[in-house]
Amino acid sequence: MAFTTPATMGGASARSITEGLTKRGADRKGKIIEGILVGLLGLSLLVLLTLIVDLLTSSWSVWTTRPGDFLTTNLNSQSAAQAGVGQAIRGTLILCGIVILVAFPLGIACAVYLEEYAGRSWFAKIIRINVRNLAGVPSIVYGLLGLAIFVQAMSGFTGGRTVFAGGLALSALVLPIVVITTSEALRAVPRSIREGALGVGATPWETVRSHVLPSAAPGILTGTVLSLARAAGEAAPVLLVGAATGLLRTGNQSLMDQLQGPFTALPVAIFSYARQPGEDFRSVTAAASLVLLAMVLAMNAVAIWLRNRYERKW
Amino acid sequence: MAQDQQTGITLEVPSKAVSDEAPMVFRTEDLEVHYGPFRAVREVNLDIRQHEITALIGPSGCGKSTVLRCFDRMNDLIEIARVGGKVLYHGVDLYGPNVDPVEVRRRVGMVFQKPNPFPKSIYDNLTFGPRLSGIKKKDELDNIVEQSLKSAALWDEVKDRLKSSALGLSGGQQQRLCIARCVAVKPDVILMDEPCSSLDPIATARIEDLMKELAKEYTIIIVTHNMQQAARVSDRTAFFTTEVNEESDRRTGVLVEYNPTSKMFSNPDDTRTEQYVTGRFG
Repeated sequence: MAFTTPATMGGASARSITEGLTKRGADRKGKIIEGILVGLLGLSLLVLLTLIVDLLTSSWSVWTTRPGDFLTTNLNSQSAAQAGVGQAIRGTLILCGIVILVAFPLGIACAVYLEEYAGRSWFAKIIRINVRNLAGVPSIVYGLLGLAIFVQAMSGFTGGRTVFAGGLALSALVLPIVVITTSEALRAVPRSIREGALGVGATPWETVRSHVLPSAAPGILTGTVLSLARAAGEAAPVLLVGAATGLLRTGNQSLMDQLQGPFTALPVAIFSYARQPGEDFRSVTAAASLVLLAMVLAMNAVAIWLRNRYERKW
Repeated sequence: MAQDQQTGITLEVPSKAVSDEAPMVFRTEDLEVHYGPFRAVREVNLDIRQHEITALIGPSGCGKSTVLRCFDRMNDLIEIARVGGKVLYHGVDLYGPNVDPVEVRRRVGMVFQKPNPFPKSIYDNLTFGPRLSGIKKKDELDNIVEQSLKSAALWDEVKDRLKSSALGLSGGQQQRLCIARCVAVKPDVILMDEPCSSLDPIATARIEDLMKELAKEYTIIIVTHNMQQAARVSDRTAFFTTEVNEESDRRTGVLVEYNPTSKMFSNPDDTRTEQYVTGRFG
């Protein structure tokens, strides 16, 4: 049986096929939509860019005259020339440390229980739904929770309005997020890995510890770093728990004293500087905002780097 | 010899004699498995004998993998699965009240349909099981690694890269690694759930040779879609099929016939078996 060449099929000439294949402008609608999408992308990037440029220009005087001084001096609501974010940076770092110590182990443990042990019981289902709901609770509500529980009910343990109470309030805030991201990372580990481990006689815990957790680690790490960034940027819970907004004389003492005494954090410092009148304080506010933005973006960058570095394909 | 009516392909059936005097490893008594309200497979009565290869064949959905997973209690992982009847292992009911599934799986290893090496080194894949049972000395572990890789016919190919990732191996090598991983814990029985379905014919042939070799030391139960494979490697064959449940319109698997492979592929007792093995049904 002879095969016909495409050119002779249906009597079409080679020329008309060439014309048909190279016709331009066929997908005009597609081009328009692509253009709109690019425009919208540009718009959202423009907002971020404007924000950064505005913060940079407003805070320019601070960065040119006393950058080191600003980053190390204390909170001061009286004189803009003496105001700094030293305590606030330290406070935020301590808060993050408490979140790492409290929310991460707790959240990861909860997620391991829910995903690997709880199964399909109605109890586990209710918990899963409620964890999702908790992740959507506004941060100010967590502030009230922190005030009622960590500051008042547990004052003997936390020492009242301390950085410890603030850290616990932030831990409560990010706990559901840690549980959800860890759950998702655990669920992404294929069932065949668990079966392989159980198949050679591993107990459920040996399976989780030796195979499931290591395989899920990059995802868990990414999720937890992102939730840390969220905690670092929150003002409301820390404010309600009682972070200092005015002059904070204590600040250069030992770590133990800092944990037990009054404290402040970067978002709170921004809030407090923003309330002060005068052009000087505007630039201090912008400078503090820039510091916070840099911290949060750095954390997100670390999360992205971790994800790309350890991402695993199955 | 069974001959396919349409293609005229003749299945090669080994004329190996099977003895009914070999000790019994498994015996199922009216085994049935439910998934939620639906009965997946019913009334399975099988005797599995030591150092034999038993093949479970049948069309998709006939419950052969479900039955296989009863022998090492892998069905426990599916929460809605319920097992009825008895699975006796050397006379002990595996679903008895005090039986620990972890201990069952140390004695009854499993090789899965898709190769599932751990995302670790070849060495760590093989030592995971032995370490669980408390073996810590390096020379002992080294020895286990070498022996199990040799019995899985993989040693020569990987001996120079034991520390590199198991995911870098080809599909066939990964499956042989999984067999080696299974052998490394020195089980009594090896279950294989369509171990060659994701492999090419050359890798398949290697695994089949391996199975015959392993049967000298281990009892093997294999689920396969490939009738020629069952005919080539197994001593006994169990043929399952599905029957439609009139009340629920769901299919339930049922054991049609269980006989020595040579009989199954030459003059089976049941006409449905004959139709299936000659390719006219299923």
